[in-house]
Formats: sequence, structure tokens, C-alpha cells
Amino acid sequence: MDDSRPIFLQLAEQIENEILSGALPEESQVPSTNEFAAFHRINPATAGKGVNLLVDDGILYKKRGIGMFVTAGARERLLAKRREGFRTEYVGPLLQEARKLGITTDQLTDMIRNEDTQ
Amino acid sequence: MTTIAEATGLSKHFGAVRAVDDVTFALEEDRIHGLLGRNGAGKSTLMQLLTGQEFATSGSVRVFGASPAENASVLRNVCFIKESQRYPDDWKPKHVFRSTPWFFEHWDAEFAEQLIDEFRLPLGRPIKKLSRGQLSSIGVIVGLASRAPLTFFDEPYLGLDAVARQLFYDRLLADYAEHPRTVVLSTHLIDEVSNLLEHVFVIDQGRLLVDSSAEDLRSSATTVVGKANTVDEFVGGREVLHRDALGGLASVTVAGLDDAERRAAAAAGLELAPVSLQQLVVRITGTAQKEFEVSA
Repeated sequence: MDDSRPIFLQLAEQIENEILSGALPEESQVPSTNEFAAFHRINPATAGKGVNLLVDDGILYKKRGIGMFVTAGARERLLAKRREGFRTEYVGPLLQEARKLGITTDQLTDMIRNEDTQ
Repeated sequence: MTTIAEATGLSKHFGAVRAVDDVTFALEEDRIHGLLGRNGAGKSTLMQLLTGQEFATSGSVRVFGASPAENASVLRNVCFIKESQRYPDDWKPKHVFRSTPWFFEHWDAEFAEQLIDEFRLPLGRPIKKLSRGQLSSIGVIVGLASRAPLTFFDEPYLGLDAVARQLFYDRLLADYAEHPRTVVLSTHLIDEVSNLLEHVFVIDQGRLLVDSSAEDLRSSATTVVGKANTVDEFVGGREVLHRDALGGLASVTVAGLDDAERRAAAAAGLELAPVSLQQLVVRITGTAQKEFEVSA
């Protein structure tokens, strides 16, 4: 919780990461807003905002009086969303830095292949 | 949102000193507010006005819809923890915890006991023999266990070590989550509390400079670092909060950037660094200082 983006976005992203990694399986219960707030030492209203973002996106759903759960199919939907963002967030900056250092696209492709086989 | 307390055109002058200068703001129900500013900025005076301990030179204060001065029905719901609370000379901490429940109807004795234990406060030692930190922990415990609907902490942790401060933040957050209430936290340890705050006021030389949600304030500024001419080109006509230069490098703090602008900065080879709440407050109050010197 320390980069310049709003804390609630960082919290939402972190919960998404846990769903992607399988740490929070689909249909499992997620910690309460207050538990998130205490764990990350952030204001409960901020934690609530982050959690509600995922509820609005249909990634989490609320069961009245019981708590919050990961929606079935949430992982697939998150994967699709993240893949879309991968180009602008990772490939673009990678190419930019490569150009700055005079690395050609071919050299870059080789680097990626070599890295992958290690 | 329900307004718990509000100040309208509030001023308090001590002779020629404008300790609080035409301040208008509202405290919303069940929020944690930060009241930030330099020493002598007017934070304590403002809280004294809100708790009826000082009378305003002009303007008005409403707390729970009424004037707080000498008003028992208001003050019963208000807890004000002062930086330098005085106690009767022969008192021990146990006397404090025996008498405070008389003033606060939501007092939780069990919670107080837990906190006394956690802060390792010696109940039977005369208060004048306590260390500065132990004295502060009395205030912190009273402020938390009183569960007053409106609680002010004015620099509550003078002399408290890092462990005790963290304990205070953790207990405040946990208890606030269980028993929501309106809190005003005045401090200059801004980085330590920045993530606890929902709303931020910055006051300098008696004037209210910032009245903003903590989230908006956090994203309101970014520092752009890179080659001086590239930075200046990117910054263009934006409002500059701060500028540092080192040889051909420049580091400029500007108002918030949107995603497209961030990408443009990255494409231009500039580095973007977040500005912490503390840095932002330093920038804001530093600028006001200059303006003041120019106009004075």
C-alpha cells in the first residue's frame, strides 16, 4: 500500500491477485472489510471502497449476514481483463526501454526466448 | 453524511496573533479526520474552540447542533485528549481511570484494562513520577476506552515509543471498526497516520489550506524527475508545487496527472514518483509561508 495510486485500488488489485493465484478460490469466503483494514492498517472506509469495487465488478458477492465470497468464474474474467492490460502495461514500456538502450526487436525476442528456457 | 460538528467563519485572536483565522469546515459522522499543520499553526486552538474550552473572537461553532460552551449535553459526548493534560498533584493513574467513567456513558472498563496492560502503565505510581510516554499513554487509553461519539486526539503520543504508537494505531482502527465514531487526530507524524485518515485538514497560520478526502489528496500530486528541459517541457503551464534541480536534472512536483499524462511522461523518458501526504503538507505549508512573507 505504498505506491501513488489510490489505496482502495491497490487493495482491490491485491485481492484480485489472490484470486488469480488461487489463494482465494472461487466460492470461498474472503476476509471482512474490517479484517482487511486491520491487516493493511488502513481506514475501514477505504478498505470498504476497495472491496465494493470488486462487488460492483461481480468478482465478489455478498451473502447477507454471512460475509463476502468469490464469484464462480471470477478467475477467468480476471485473467481476460489482465491479458488485455498486459500490452499497454508491460509490452509497451518494455519496448520503450529497449529502444532507449538500442536493443532491436529481434534481440529482444531472443532475450525473451533465452530467459524462458532457463 | 451527517455533520457532527461545524465551524463557520471561526476566528480566535490573541492580541495581534490570529491563531484561528476565518475557518469554515465540517466534521462528518463516523470518519477519522486528520488535522495537520506545523507547530503553532492553530490546531490546538481550533480544537479548544470546538470543545468549548476557548471562546471565539468571531464566527460560530456547532457541535451536535448546539454550542459546546458550558453545554453538558454536548460535552458528555465529546472526549478531548490534550498534549499536556494536567492532573491533581497527588494523583495516580488509577484515580484517572476511577473518575473518567463518570464523564463518559460509553466507557468500556474492560477495554481500558486491556489497554493499561498492553501499554504497561503502572497504575499505582504517582503521576508526577511517570515518564513522558507513560503520561501520554494515560491520555491514549482514556481517548480510546471512553468511546465518545466525538473524540479529539491532540498530539496524543508525545514520548510514546514506536511500539506504543503502533499499538495505538492498531487499537484505534480495530475499535473504530467495531464502534464507529467521529475522530479528529492532530499530529505531525503524518506518514505514520496517513493511511488511517479518511479526511484531511491542513491548517497553517490559523488558516485552513486543505479540506479534502485523504484519497483525493494522495493522488493530487506527483513528482516528475528527468532531464531539466524535458521536465520543463512536460510540466508546461501546470502549477508547480516544488522544484529541485541538480545539474541537468530536475525534480518537479505538480498537481495530479491522469493515466494518459502518466503514459506521456513515461514515453518522454521521465520518472514519476509518488508524493507522500507528509511531503505534500510540507510543500503546501511551505508555499503558504512564502506567500505570507511576501505579503507581510
